[in-house]
Amino acid sequence: MKVLMKGNEAICQGAINAGCKAFFGYPITPQSEIPEYMAKKMETVSGTFIQAESELAAIHMVYGAAATGIRAMTSSSSPGIALKQEGISYLAGADLPCVVVNVSRAGPGLGGILPSQADYFQATRGGGNGDYYLPVYAPSTANEAYELTVKAFDVADMYRTPVMILADGILGQMMEPVEINENEIESKIIEKNWAANGEMDKRPRNVVSSIDLVASGLEEKNLKRFEIYEKIKQNETMVDNGVKNGDTIAIVAYGTPSRIVLNAIDLLKEQGIKAALIRPITLWPYPYEVFANLPDSIDNILVCELSMGQMIEDVKLGVMGKYPVHFFGRCGGVIFTPEEIVEKVIEIESKKSKS
Amino acid sequence: MNVVYEKTRGLTDVPLSYCPGCTHGVIHKIVGEVLVELGILEKTIAIAPVGCSVLAYEYFNCDGIQASHGRAPAVATGVKRAMPDKIVFTYQGDGDLAAIGMSEIVHAAHRGENITVIFVNNAIYGMTGGQMAPTTLNNMKTTTTPKGRTTVVGMPLKVSEMLSQIPSVTYIERVSSHDVANVKKAKISIKKAFTYQMEGKGFSMIEILSSCNIGYNLSPVESLGFIKNAMIPYYPLGVYKDVPND
Ligand SMILES: Cc1ncc(C[n+]2csc(CCOP(=O)(O)OP(=O)(O)O)c2C)c(N)n1
Repeated sequence: MKVLMKGNEAICQGAINAGCKAFFGYPITPQSEIPEYMAKKMETVSGTFIQAESELAAIHMVYGAAATGIRAMTSSSSPGIALKQEGISYLAGADLPCVVVNVSRAGPGLGGILPSQADYFQATRGGGNGDYYLPVYAPSTANEAYELTVKAFDVADMYRTPVMILADGILGQMMEPVEINENEIESKIIEKNWAANGEMDKRPRNVVSSIDLVASGLEEKNLKRFEIYEKIKQNETMVDNGVKNGDTIAIVAYGTPSRIVLNAIDLLKEQGIKAALIRPITLWPYPYEVFANLPDSIDNILVCELSMGQMIEDVKLGVMGKYPVHFFGRCGGVIFTPEEIVEKVIEIESKKSKS
Repeated sequence: MNVVYEKTRGLTDVPLSYCPGCTHGVIHKIVGEVLVELGILEKTIAIAPVGCSVLAYEYFNCDGIQASHGRAPAVATGVKRAMPDKIVFTYQGDGDLAAIGMSEIVHAAHRGENITVIFVNNAIYGMTGGQMAPTTLNNMKTTTTPKGRTTVVGMPLKVSEMLSQIPSVTYIERVSSHDVANVKKAKISIKKAFTYQMEGKGFSMIEILSSCNIGYNLSPVESLGFIKNAMIPYYPLGVYKDVPND
């Protein structure tokens, strides 16, 4: 069934259809539709909804609910996600599955309420204390937000890790058709024999904890977790690679801003410039391999972000000096236009013809 | 052979990590006994704090979750909302509950979460080496109040009095662990709190005055005397709120 909904609502519906039974949130623009939607819908699926006293409390409620084995989610926007980092680190350290949604806005500090992609570092480089990563999905349409949220719950359970949906204010607020399968659990619910859910009449004692005061013990746990991270890299990396033989410039962008890049690519085509989009869908694990196998026709890479340039560091890690990597971004909540990107590409292309 | 005393099944066989003379041990024992006596051990989930009792989940013989510093009431909320038929309790020190975790305890109480809080008030940060807690008594020397606590940092916080003002709270009592008679009384109060939870009556907290002889730089016996002679006069024992019995 196709339903017209905001990206924020699509995320909620994805969570519900994935069997999410607990939502804990706190109001902040531009994600308040998420707690509002969950406040209405959670009781219809015998789930629980709490408007917590803070983002900090909300993420620790998720920690508690996830420790019992049920599917739990929280959402917020940038400053609130910063507050959640303590809990996300504990969730990672205790190997607890859950989904955290960041409908990001411009920063630093209180910043502004308009869309931004300046939380890339925070999302992909751990965010909280300690050695850990979390899978990060970056949807670019409401429909994809729905699908990736369903997937996020499966991936969280399968690898026992918190998973982040990194959206932006444009996606959150935009109304688009979403293909949903209402009243149907679309995902794989797996048995969690590790859960601390008070069922000791059926099995031995279960504990959930991130502490290990013995250095060798903690090292071993970290090493095991990094083995799982390797599996996640192998199995879960997602990228939408539009580059074909003959294209001369690859433009790398993620989330809704990638759609502005697509408009720019159409405009460039009219001018005879063959540009193509590389859109990472998972930001961690990052699809580095895509840059190793580009056709010979490519001579430049342009990274477009609604930030001062954060993902560009991963692009450079993937490119490994093989191509010049250029950057174009706007920040503070300003959204780039297709024309600005066209102008940047023409500037790059003209330098090429001179040299 | 007649068995006159047996270690409670409510605790595991893991040796306790507490210093000799510390009252955390006896408090663990009475909580464990209550869980067994009420027949709820198998369906209980213990939430351990950050503090000396960080490993409490290793000692209580039920499912356990280790929470971050101060957030145990939020974790307990998530657990109880997910598993409303199970028994959930937090076990927290005074730094954990009354300093860094003040927001979480107040709001769990404010929502009337159907959980039990065991609040161990030893008037000091034991784990990190005897620093000042919000509950540290006036003039009391700690490693961060080397000349004794003064009113420059405020008067010691009376948590039971404060939380009993919250409309949704069901039951709050302050008890002590300084002698056998008081430990017995504490056990009765803890049992009542868990019974209320079993009956779905809502939020209860038992504050137990406790001692930290290492942190006070006193002998274990002197520390118990400190509870009796210094703490109890400032932190009067008794029931602060008991809605079902009002
Ligand atoms: C976020 C954070 N801040 C500080 C600490 C360090 N820390 C560990 S235990 C503790 C004090 C606990 O004192 P209290 O709650 O009174 O319990 P006690 O150790 O006295 O039983 C502190 C500050 C920490 N682990 N995490």
